[in-house]
Amino acid sequence: MTVALKLEELSKTFAVGKRLFGPPKGRVHAVHPVTLEIASGETLGIVGESGCGKSTLARMLVGLLEPSGGHIEIDGEPLDNADPAVFGKRIQYVFQDPISSLNPRKTIRQIMEVPLKRLHRMDKAQRAARISEIFSQVNLREEFLDRYPHEFSGGQAQRIGIARALAAEARILILDEPVSALDVSVQAQVLNLLADLKARLGLTYLFISHDLAVVEAVSDRVAVLYFGSVVELGRAEEVFAHPRHPYTRLLADSAPVVGRALTAPEGRETELPDPLNPPRGCAFRARCPNAGPRCAGEVPMLDGRSQQAACFHPLHPGA
Amino acid sequence: MSFLALLARNRLALAGLVVMALVVALALVTPLLPLADPDVTDTGNRFLPPFSEGALLGTDHLGRDLLSRLLWGTRLSLAVGFAAAVIAAVLGAAVGIVAGYYGGRVDNLIMRGVDMLMAFPYILLALAIVAALGPGLLNALIAVAAVNIPFFARNIRGITVGIAHKEFVDAAKLAGMGDGRIILSEVLPNVIPVIVIAMSTTVGWMILETAGLSFLGLGSQPPQADLGSMLGEARSALITNPHTSVVPGMMILVIVMAINLLGDGVRDALDPRLRSGALSRPMAATMVRREGPVPQPEGEALLALRELRTEFHVKQRVYRALGGVSLGVRPGECLGIIGESGSGKSVTALSVMGLVASPPGVIAGGAVHYRGEDLVGATYERLRSLRGREIAYIFQDPLATLHPLYTVGDQLAEAIRVHRGVSRGEARSRTLALLRDVRIPNAESRLDSYPHEMSGGMRQRVGIAMALANDPQVIIADEPTTALDVTVQAQILSLLDTLRREKGLAIVFITHDFGVVAQLCDRVAVMYAGRIVEEGPTQAVLETPAHPYTRRLIACVPELGEGKRVLHAIPGLPPAVDALPPGCAFAPRCDKAAEACREGDVALHGGARKVRCLFPETAPETDPETAAEAAQ
Repeated sequence: MTVALKLEELSKTFAVGKRLFGPPKGRVHAVHPVTLEIASGETLGIVGESGCGKSTLARMLVGLLEPSGGHIEIDGEPLDNADPAVFGKRIQYVFQDPISSLNPRKTIRQIMEVPLKRLHRMDKAQRAARISEIFSQVNLREEFLDRYPHEFSGGQAQRIGIARALAAEARILILDEPVSALDVSVQAQVLNLLADLKARLGLTYLFISHDLAVVEAVSDRVAVLYFGSVVELGRAEEVFAHPRHPYTRLLADSAPVVGRALTAPEGRETELPDPLNPPRGCAFRARCPNAGPRCAGEVPMLDGRSQQAACFHPLHPGA
Repeated sequence: MSFLALLARNRLALAGLVVMALVVALALVTPLLPLADPDVTDTGNRFLPPFSEGALLGTDHLGRDLLSRLLWGTRLSLAVGFAAAVIAAVLGAAVGIVAGYYGGRVDNLIMRGVDMLMAFPYILLALAIVAALGPGLLNALIAVAAVNIPFFARNIRGITVGIAHKEFVDAAKLAGMGDGRIILSEVLPNVIPVIVIAMSTTVGWMILETAGLSFLGLGSQPPQADLGSMLGEARSALITNPHTSVVPGMMILVIVMAINLLGDGVRDALDPRLRSGALSRPMAATMVRREGPVPQPEGEALLALRELRTEFHVKQRVYRALGGVSLGVRPGECLGIIGESGSGKSVTALSVMGLVASPPGVIAGGAVHYRGEDLVGATYERLRSLRGREIAYIFQDPLATLHPLYTVGDQLAEAIRVHRGVSRGEARSRTLALLRDVRIPNAESRLDSYPHEMSGGMRQRVGIAMALANDPQVIIADEPTTALDVTVQAQILSLLDTLRREKGLAIVFITHDFGVVAQLCDRVAVMYAGRIVEEGPTQAVLETPAHPYTRRLIACVPELGEGKRVLHAIPGLPPAVDALPPGCAFAPRCDKAAEACREGDVALHGGARKVRCLFPETAPETDPETAAEAAQ
């Protein structure tokens, strides 16, 4: 197994209430130091609720955000954020909102040509050949090339977004909620296309979503994010079926499933912890049924063999 | 519609365009016209009145021909005004784009500089610039341009900030573009319409400012004529020979008026919000234009839709959003409506109470019966008294439906007082009880919170409390949990379920999520292209779907606990509702479609389980109870 993408102690802190002079009013730790390895050809799913830091993490990986700490390695080499033309060839990003990720005033051909021209310095004939090759890979008709983005449905626009990411010829794709803006029947088309491309081109995916069922259906391994930290990491079929972290179990029990009676898994009224005033110890402790005195004082670290959980009282201690 | 056609719809703008075209054409051909030399003095013939021999508009205090001076002066004033506008627009836009694109410290420094420039009265600033550079037309042009840069810079910066955070800019970075290239090829094309709008509304102003400086003797120098200097020189003879002032004055009036009318027209034609007709106010209730017989109430349903047809008439096109929808819900029952976007599920919900925006919405047929009363034909007053009191709505995004400037307590109290004449104190205690009903912790302190101070889940609870405020009999919930996280969604769903059982509410629950329908709804109706394709008890429909669309839609949704797998996608896209195929709308995507499916209309048939298909997956005649038993 070769490691395609490696994050070491990667973290991001945002300053809140910036002032012209002097320090900001507060700091928000959007991503606590995260260490992850993604094997070449693997799909790692990242799930979490809104505000858990999953998009911040993704944007750091493609150089759109400067990390506050830690570093990123791709194929064993540190990622150089300085030159977009260099890292664009190694890692690419597929956006959540397919329509707004396409410039409304450019034709699809103009959009597709940019990475070929800037990253690969192809001439006109090479570009045309490459574009028709990519378009056949993502099942798009070439007559679309001279149209503008607003003429496409969400599913078609997302295919175009994927085609643009493929044009860079990066081996790693960060998929940030790539199907959550799409209807279910179109969602399945795009998910199948992604699986097909991965198999054919040997890609590595980091698949971010809030939809547990979608993540389980496409991922090899899953990382569960809560309040900026990875709280559980394990094989996709195990994580939701036999969660070790109480938060993972809460997520799995909350997902509406056909044939399961409606219950509110959380009896108490709870709100997410305040990022400006984070709790001491485990961030999940206020919502946790198993919280003990140790949880209030120490921050739990990921622990375990095949299925790691950041919890002092995991649900399956032996795993 | 093309830009010119839109512009021509505004009569005043069209008049402005015609006048401006005439003036510009005159200015362009001035050197070719057989005019007297504008600068040759002839003191013997000074102050000739208009219509004199050889001087159509008379002469000025030095005997120069006024017509000639007017045309040459107009030429110069227009040129200077346009040049100043172009310079101000280019420099201002450049400053604004740089500030907006880079943001942070660069933005702060540039914009504070622009603020300082703006803090000076414009004429003082222009005077200072001309004083420093010396009088002369070119320096006046520089002064006018400089004074107008802040206007452009601020406008363009605001637009750029919005564009710089768009995802397509991030995508361009990842495609290897540098900042300069992104500004030129990604940001600028999206900003240009705004620049054009800003220019068209300020050119007139700049011509006026240039004339002002010339009037003060700081612009064009004698003997050269421009409109401002002509006015300035005529000032001393204002009473004795008014025509010398009136001639340039009228020209300034005509030019500035024409440009401003044209500019307003250009702005209206280019602004996408105005173009889509968003400013035309919708009617208080959906327009009704029913053809054919109105269905009579039947059955025991509390709320019943009969063959409801809602259309959107946009120009020549007719979008049949609802093509004859029949549904019913009984007290204490929860009916789910499931479908993809564009299937007509939200239009169904809004049509019930006449909430579809008109224009373009029209209810073209059918009826909505509430306790036997037809709501489609009801007066606006009747609808208003029923809205919220008998039938209430819960929408997807509570942040958009709650007013941001009032506390949630005030908004709830208002909802109560609209329908019942209760005192403030009573309304407040009722509000408190409502917030407790929807399980909001510390309800007392939450009364005085504003919507933005609450989390999404808490806001949706307020939305539900608002719907419950007047003890309605029916609640129509349009994707109320779609914007919420799963853990919050579970809480909201169980709350709705409890309320329904406690209060005997009838709920119409609209969603795209089969899991939600399965957990909450007694019956479910599946919609496709504006029609119901299948209806029946939830468990039976989900376990043995009869319509191929239902079966395949269920199959393409991944379900938790099934592990990694290939999904069975439905090829193709739903049809556009302005170009529905004849026969079954699903036939082009259906693997069982036969010739018969594409020919005639397919009827919804069956008893408790209905299906609109010629070749259903399971026989719809099956008794629903035995089917349910068999499934168990």
